Amino acid sequence: MSHPIQAAEFLQDQAKSKWHDETLWFVRDKRDKISKSVPEWENLRDLASQIKDNVLANLGVYLEEFEKNAKANNIHVHWAKDAEEHNEIVLGILKEKRCNAIVKSKSILTEECHLNPYLEKNGIEVVDTDLGERIVQFLNQAPSHIVLPAIHLKKRDISEIFHEKLHTEKGNEDPDYLTQAARIHLREKFLSAKVAITGVNFGVAETGEFVVCTNEGNADMGVHLADVHIACMGIEKIIPKRAHLGVFLRLLARSATGQSVTNYNSHFRSPSPGKEIHIVLVDNGRTAQLARPKFKNSLKCIRCGACMNTCPIYRRSGGFSYESTVPGPIGSILSPGIDLQKHSSLPFASTLCGSCTDVCPVKINIHEQLYEWRQEITKALPDRTKSLAMKIANGVFAVPFAYNLSGNMMRGALKILPDSITYSGLNTWGKQRDLPELPKESFKDWYKKNRK
Amino acid sequence: MNFTKNIGLFIPCYVDQFYPKVAIATLELLEKLGCQVTYPMGQTCCGQPMANAGYERDTVATTKHFIRIFKDFDYVVAPSGSCVLHVKEHAPVIEGLEKEQSEIHDKIFELTEFMTDILKIENIKGNFPHRVGYHASCHGQRGLRLSASSELHQTPFNKAKQLMVNLEGLEWVELERKDECCGFGGTFAVSEEALSIQMGKDRLADHQAQNVEILTGGDMSCIMHLQGIAKRNGNPIQFKHIAEILNEAIS
Repeated sequence: MSHPIQAAEFLQDQAKSKWHDETLWFVRDKRDKISKSVPEWENLRDLASQIKDNVLANLGVYLEEFEKNAKANNIHVHWAKDAEEHNEIVLGILKEKRCNAIVKSKSILTEECHLNPYLEKNGIEVVDTDLGERIVQFLNQAPSHIVLPAIHLKKRDISEIFHEKLHTEKGNEDPDYLTQAARIHLREKFLSAKVAITGVNFGVAETGEFVVCTNEGNADMGVHLADVHIACMGIEKIIPKRAHLGVFLRLLARSATGQSVTNYNSHFRSPSPGKEIHIVLVDNGRTAQLARPKFKNSLKCIRCGACMNTCPIYRRSGGFSYESTVPGPIGSILSPGIDLQKHSSLPFASTLCGSCTDVCPVKINIHEQLYEWRQEITKALPDRTKSLAMKIANGVFAVPFAYNLSGNMMRGALKILPDSITYSGLNTWGKQRDLPELPKESFKDWYKKNRK
Repeated sequence: MNFTKNIGLFIPCYVDQFYPKVAIATLELLEKLGCQVTYPMGQTCCGQPMANAGYERDTVATTKHFIRIFKDFDYVVAPSGSCVLHVKEHAPVIEGLEKEQSEIHDKIFELTEFMTDILKIENIKGNFPHRVGYHASCHGQRGLRLSASSELHQTPFNKAKQLMVNLEGLEWVELERKDECCGFGGTFAVSEEALSIQMGKDRLADHQAQNVEILTGGDMSCIMHLQGIAKRNGNPIQFKHIAEILNEAIS
């Protein structure tokens, strides 16, 4: 299914889509307020963008530096060229440790690699310990937002899920009560897991350490109780120096949720005595994206989710409408690089309003890349775009006066559109909108009579 | 005031066809401000609809034509932020006309920015006793930076507001979401029809909640979309391009 169909479905439930829009707008508004409390905000964005430019221009150098320093700190370093290799590496470690139940804090990378179903297929129980992720895991769903995984659900939904899975009182929607139930449930899982998996927010080349940011402390709880910590990291998450964290940590939480900083920013540098840390460095299409000059700086993303919260499309169509692990504007420029055919409707799921670009803490020109992907998609997938062209034809060319537009634009359009479509009576524009009233004469005609 | 430069009036194709009154207001307004304005008859569309749909490569002829039509003017002025942005940022580079094309990028202006930045008009003296809501088009706002973006940490400014706010009797309305997109988006309006409509309805609701009498803006494409939804739903709100308001206010 393509984005327009999914979006129309989401909008069927008017009350819920309005609530979704307002909830995410609230987060964006909070972000606006707190970002304006930092006088040097725009300088920080510039700096973050420049640090990432440096990283992308020297990615191999920093990754090797990171590997060398991490190994010196007794961290096991693994390289995975794709999702399959990543999953095999993780399973290999679990088998070696004879571990059949793990806890995992939020990692969008492991979602991207579909690690959970892979491990479950191999007989391993996976428990997501981020509250929102645990909730969607109960439903067998993927996160609908990269920072707020269960934002598509309301308190009532969660109360029902917990009643079924955790035997909480039916109809009790009190957030404290529900959180307490999750806490007791997760505590048991934390205590029994021998291996904990986390994502990585930043890998520091200079020191070989990595940083994991959470609000719930669940990454720390899992890691410190387990014997083995496996950290899964996309190769673009590298930063050159520890000092650069001073730029990124100030931007991350403010952009993500409007907090001044995430509650837990934990640095992992070397394993405690008797324990092990493994880090899996994953490419999975990132070097291919790096090789695309127009799209490479999408790799600057620090996964704050601000572009989702600000996007008027995302807010009204929900994360699942994108059918990609990373939804929203940033997902719409990352996903076509992974599977152009599957994600071809995403760059068109935008009005090119540019809010994503202005909100982005690392200054990715998201809306310009959406425009550029459109140019690529119409070249690569003429069939896909023919159907789009039909819609344009129905909407624009069915407007009576439009025939009179004799310019080159029309000739260009007519080249690619069969007459039956151009003159089709279908009119998407007019389904829920009136057409403008037709004036007696065009401006051109008026000008001929009234000037010169 | 006498402004001796030659101004080429660029009227977006759909404004020429559907909204001649907006083009007339733009022309009359500039003339009242002492400008010498010519409308080159051979002009067509700038190519934006095709380019935004992913067919920028098919707009070479259109762009070449545009450059030839407007290259000899001192300034090119249009009552549309969106079309101006397209000409500046998305028109394909034309071999052999690089110099003319880059000159056009520097001398093409959206109407309100031409008034504030080139004509250096601080505010306009006139009378417009209405409660007005302003819809900032995204291409004008975040593309041409005609007003501050709520996302950015910058000193607030708004070129349209600067021109309108001192008109006698005009009540300027502050919106709940001052720079949210209306959902027009060119081909988006038909390819994502459901979302487009919802976004338009939400924008209208914001203006209605502030009891806006006249909704105005710098891009008729947004207004055409909003007006279409308003009319279909029996919403009595009125719509005018900012050129119409300023032109009426001065006379």
